[in-house]
Amino acid sequence: MADYNTMELMICVAARELEDGASVGVGTGAPCAAAMLSQKTNSPNLMIMFEAGGAAPLLPEMPISVGDSRTTWKAVMASGMCEIMETACRGMIDYTFLGGAQIDMHGNLNSTLIGEDYNRPKVRLPGSGGANDFASFCWRMMVMTPQDSKRFVEKVDFITTPGWLEGGDSRAKSGLPLGAGPYKIITNMAVMDFEPESKRMRIISINPGYSKKDVAENCGFELLEASDIKETKPPTENELRVLREEVDPYRYVIGR
Amino acid sequence: MMKSYEELREVIDKKNRGLRDKVMSLEDAIGLIQDGDHVASGGCHYSKTAMAAVWEMIRQKKRDITYSRSIASTEGDLLLVAGVVKRVVSSWFSPGVTWGVSRVMRHYTQNKIAEFEEWSHMSLGLRYRAGAMGIPFIPARAMMGSDLFPRLSDIKEMECPFTGEKLALIPALNPDVAIIHAQRCDAYGNVQLDGLPFMDKDIALAANKVIVTTERIVSNDQIRRAPDRTAIGFFCVDAVVEVPYGCLPHECYGQYEPAFKHMDYYVKLMMGRGPDGVKEYLDEYVYAPANWNEYIEKIGFKNILDATIEGRGIYND
Repeated sequence: MADYNTMELMICVAARELEDGASVGVGTGAPCAAAMLSQKTNSPNLMIMFEAGGAAPLLPEMPISVGDSRTTWKAVMASGMCEIMETACRGMIDYTFLGGAQIDMHGNLNSTLIGEDYNRPKVRLPGSGGANDFASFCWRMMVMTPQDSKRFVEKVDFITTPGWLEGGDSRAKSGLPLGAGPYKIITNMAVMDFEPESKRMRIISINPGYSKKDVAENCGFELLEASDIKETKPPTENELRVLREEVDPYRYVIGR
Repeated sequence: MMKSYEELREVIDKKNRGLRDKVMSLEDAIGLIQDGDHVASGGCHYSKTAMAAVWEMIRQKKRDITYSRSIASTEGDLLLVAGVVKRVVSSWFSPGVTWGVSRVMRHYTQNKIAEFEEWSHMSLGLRYRAGAMGIPFIPARAMMGSDLFPRLSDIKEMECPFTGEKLALIPALNPDVAIIHAQRCDAYGNVQLDGLPFMDKDIALAANKVIVTTERIVSNDQIRRAPDRTAIGFFCVDAVVEVPYGCLPHECYGQYEPAFKHMDYYVKLMMGRGPDGVKEYLDEYVYAPANWNEYIEKIGFKNILDATIEGRGIYND
C-alpha cells in the first residue's frame, strides 16, 4: 500500500466525489487541490469555478489566492465576483468544497470567530469569503477537515456558513433553496453523509487504520452510523503521483 | 446611515463630469479623501490592490476611514496599524493560504481597537451594485439562515410581494471615495481593465469620487479603438495617476505577479511581532521613501523582475 499523509488522503478521497462534467465552486487550498486532482484524473471536463470570478480554468499549477491571475489560466470566462455567485444562485454549480474552524452535526460551519461576543471574540478568524454564498446555493456542499472534538462540536460558536441549520426542514424554511445543502464530510478518519430525515451527520466509511471508536472519540457530538459502513479506498499510486508532481509540487497544501 | 436618493444625486449633480484632463500627482489625488470617509477599494485580496493609493493615505495620515473591499489582504494590516482605518468592511481579511491568519487583524478585533464588519462575498458585491443602481437595497437570498444575517443591523427581511418567499434585503453602499487600480486609462479617466473585473465597475459607479491609479496613461484614441474594453467611463472619475507597479507587493493581471519574496518578508515580520513588526515596516517602506519610485526601489529589482516575468507569462502561450 502506498504511503501517504492525512492531507493527501483527504484530497484523493474528495477528488473522487467529483464526476466528469460536473461543476464545483472552490476557494484556494485543499478544495482547489481536490478539484485539480479530479480534473487531472477521473474528470477532465470538471468545471472549476473560483469565487473571485475564474470560470472553468485548466489549471497548470495551484493558485494561492482566489483572485490570483492563475485562476483564469485557459479559463472560458473571467467574470465578476457577483456573477460567479449569481451563477450559483441560479443552480448552475453542483458542488462546493469548504473548510472551517468548527462544524456541527448538521454541517453548519464557523469561520468567523471563537468565543461568544462578536464584538470582542476570543479568536477572530478571517471570515466567510465566498463560503457562505457557495454553501447557500451550490447543490451539494462538501467539507474536508481533520477531525477532533474541538473542531466537531455540538454547537458552533457562529454559523458563518449554513449547513442543514437545525436539521429537518429548517434550512429550506430559512429561505435557502430546497434540495441544496451539506452532502459529504471527509476527514482524516472517516467519510460522513447526512441522514435524509434528521439531516444529522452519519458515518458511511472509515479510513484505513482507524476504527469506529476513533471516529466517535474525536467528535464532540453523537454520530449516526450507516447500516453498512465501508472501508474508505486509500489513495492509489496514480492519484498520489499526480497530486505530488502536477497538482502541488511545491507542497503548499499537502506539506501542511 | 444611508443617504437618500436625492442626496446621492445632488453630489453627482455638483460633480464636474466633463471630458477633461484629470491627470494629477498621487499626493493631490489622495488629497481628495477626507478624514471620516468611506473608502472602497477595487481588486480582491492580493490582486489589483490600489496599493499606491493606500500607501499615500497612510503618508497623509488620514483618520477615521472606513475601508471596504471584497477581500482585504496585507494592505488592511497597514491601514489599521497606521491608525488610518477604524472599521474594515469585507468578506475575508488575512494574508491567506500560505501565510495564515493576520495577527494584526486578530489583535485589533480581539482587543476591540477596530471593527471588522463581515459580509458574504455576494452580499458585499450586491451592496455596491445597489449603490451603482441608485436603489436602497437589492433583494437576494444571501446570508439567510446564517448568523451573519441577524448580526448585521442594517439588513432586513421581507416577504416577496410576487411569490411570498422570504428574501434578504441587502442595503446599498455608496462609498465616499473609490480607489481603483487599472492596467491602462486615458487622461480623462476612461479605464480599461484586463483579467478578472472583481467588483471594480460597481464600486466606481456607486462612489461619489473615483481615484484611478494606472500602470500606464494611454491616448484617448487608443481607448476609442477598443471601447468594448472600457469598464469605467470618464464621467465617474475624478483623478488619474500614473503609478507603474502601483499594486506592489501585490499583483496586477498580465503585468506582474506578487513580489513573493517581499510578501514573505512582510508576513514574517507581521506574524512574528504583530503590530510592532508592522510599525517597523511602515517606517521603512511607507514613511521613509521620498516617493513611490523610491519605495519600488526598496522592493528590489530582482524581485520586481521575477514578478514581471511571471505576470506577463500569461500572454506567452
